Amino acid sequence: MTAAEPALQPPPVAAIVRPRRESTSSWPLVDRLAYWLCWAVGIGLCVVAVGIVLFMFIKGISALRPNLFVESPSQGVLQEKHSGGFLDPLIGTFIVTAIGIAIALPVGVGIAVWLVEYGRPRWLMRTVESAIEMIAGIPSIVLALFGLLLFARSFFGLLSGSTSAGEVLGQSFFNAGIVMSVLALPLIVVATREALLQLPARTREASFALGKTRATTVRRVLLPSIRPGVASGAVLGMGRIIGDTAIILILLGTLKLEGAGGAPLLSTLRGTGSTLTYYIYYYAPTGDGNSPKKAYAAGFVLLMIVLGLNALVTRLTLRGSGERAAVRGIFVRAWPWSGGRPWGGGR
Amino acid sequence: MERGTAMGRGAMKPTPPPPVRRIAVDRRPRVVQPGVPATSDAPIGEPGNGAGAAVDGIAGPGTAIAERPGGVSAAGTPAAAARRRIVRPSSSPPVERMRLESVSLAYGERWVVRNVSLPVRRGEVLALIGASGSGKTTLLRSLNRLTEITANAGRAGLITLDDEEIHTIEVNALRRRVTMVFQQPNPFPMSIFENVAYALREQVRENPARALLRSRRRLRRSQLEPAVREALHRAGLLDEVADDLHRPALSLSGGQQQRLCIARALAADPEVLLLDEPCSALDPISTAVIEDLIVELRESVAIVIVTHNLQQAQRVADHVAFMHLGELIEYGLAEQLFTEPRQQRTREYISGAFG
Repeated sequence: MTAAEPALQPPPVAAIVRPRRESTSSWPLVDRLAYWLCWAVGIGLCVVAVGIVLFMFIKGISALRPNLFVESPSQGVLQEKHSGGFLDPLIGTFIVTAIGIAIALPVGVGIAVWLVEYGRPRWLMRTVESAIEMIAGIPSIVLALFGLLLFARSFFGLLSGSTSAGEVLGQSFFNAGIVMSVLALPLIVVATREALLQLPARTREASFALGKTRATTVRRVLLPSIRPGVASGAVLGMGRIIGDTAIILILLGTLKLEGAGGAPLLSTLRGTGSTLTYYIYYYAPTGDGNSPKKAYAAGFVLLMIVLGLNALVTRLTLRGSGERAAVRGIFVRAWPWSGGRPWGGGR
Repeated sequence: MERGTAMGRGAMKPTPPPPVRRIAVDRRPRVVQPGVPATSDAPIGEPGNGAGAAVDGIAGPGTAIAERPGGVSAAGTPAAAARRRIVRPSSSPPVERMRLESVSLAYGERWVVRNVSLPVRRGEVLALIGASGSGKTTLLRSLNRLTEITANAGRAGLITLDDEEIHTIEVNALRRRVTMVFQQPNPFPMSIFENVAYALREQVRENPARALLRSRRRLRRSQLEPAVREALHRAGLLDEVADDLHRPALSLSGGQQQRLCIARALAADPEVLLLDEPCSALDPISTAVIEDLIVELRESVAIVIVTHNLQQAQRVADHVAFMHLGELIEYGLAEQLFTEPRQQRTREYISGAFG
């Protein structure tokens, strides 16, 4: 129904008067000081952010070697040439993230749906909300400690290897992933809950008025419409998991992947290993590894992964908004031949 | 969604609790014969408001306007100045589908509807008019038990659908038989096709384990397509969207979105269609399209419409119920109520003295 309208012509006026930016010269001194301070702080933050990225970029690029990606690390070897790369920590990062998200996503979405769509009795809903906030506030090292004590019980023997004396070790990818999921849970719950709350009540009513149950409404209408919100919560949770060191330190703690015996994949998951954060911790100038260059290289890779995830969040949350069109416009201008797709071929 | 703070139903003590009365159950659809004063169908709200005569007027031969007792020309009414009244008498005699008897509705301690008795008939449009806060929308929502999603809603009285008390019907089955279109167009953020198909997909109510096994065998798109097209056709939208049923519903214009909502509400083949100010968010052209649609639809489905727009009520309705502060003040044939209201408050309202 949108007919093409002729573009509006500017009115025939000789000179267009536009408002000038307000001058601060008439302001009281205190106001002016505060104004310039705000500017300074904002610019300062940008400088810090750019500085970190640039520093890691320069240090990282110069230390990055292709063989780092394909070689396993060897703990205890102090010569830089023979101590290997970060293949195992890279794999470990993916394993821990996958396990953590695989648990946190369904549980978190479920909790959020219950909180918003059901939420009865009220006191239980408030209690759950407080519990989520509390979990979000627990330092990860405390979580790790709790996890180690819990998973070292013989009841959880299947999840990790055991010592020759038959005691359950409590350290494994399974255990680290489970504890990591607790870390990511609040982020997913909050993102999903906010997205659900933003859906207008009339969307739900429309579905109820067609004779659909609450469960059908959630599954067929509500969850599909909040997919971007859930996805950005999941990506934030992944970022949190990837960046955590304390849980890896306590619940994994060996540089190389060390299986616990049994079937190949299961052996790895029940066994120990490390992630990039642990690798950096080990090779940092203050650590035991004696090759700070490897820490810089791994730090650069880690930063790239996290920045990539951040870009993904931005992309997901901008979906359908005007801002996204603006971002897309930049791409279209840069790659006009493929409609803004840098990977697209000329058509 | 409003969530009350009242602790529960137990605390609520209804002020005027008219006891729920059982009416004699008659399974046959009630046909109102033309010319026969339908005394048993006369609403209870107003003694002697001549509902029987009103039925005569609608179902009798000739146009409804010619039957009006006063004989005032249609051009004299403000609505006629804007647009001709489009209501022609329905081709089939009205059949009573729903019946409200002494219905009272409450939110918490506050009674927002008191003692309303009305018939809802297929073959005619019933318009509920009245000022804001007069309980029209609440009354409408109670007809498919949508009031129940508000936690502290209470009720008294009797509402029947084909002589069956609606609270004894499974709620989701009831809402498929009595569907609703809202004030704001509210299509789901899916394609046009999916919006209508969603209403068609039956809820599986059986052994959960068997339902789980069957869930992989959901209805196929191609199986649903004829029914989706039929519903869109009935809502007068098919011609405009037929070229691409799979484009997002939210890309439609406001008027088209509202007709999509009507199509969605019609898809399940309901017996009663409830319209809650369906045109208040639309421009006059879209409004006119939807009004014509309403008049056309009344042949196959009983229609209840809530409207703030008196001209609209005059254009589409056969019967009009005027509500004020939760009470039914007057019920009658549309042109009679608008030209010769019996009640002082109705006269004041339609002349714009309040509301």
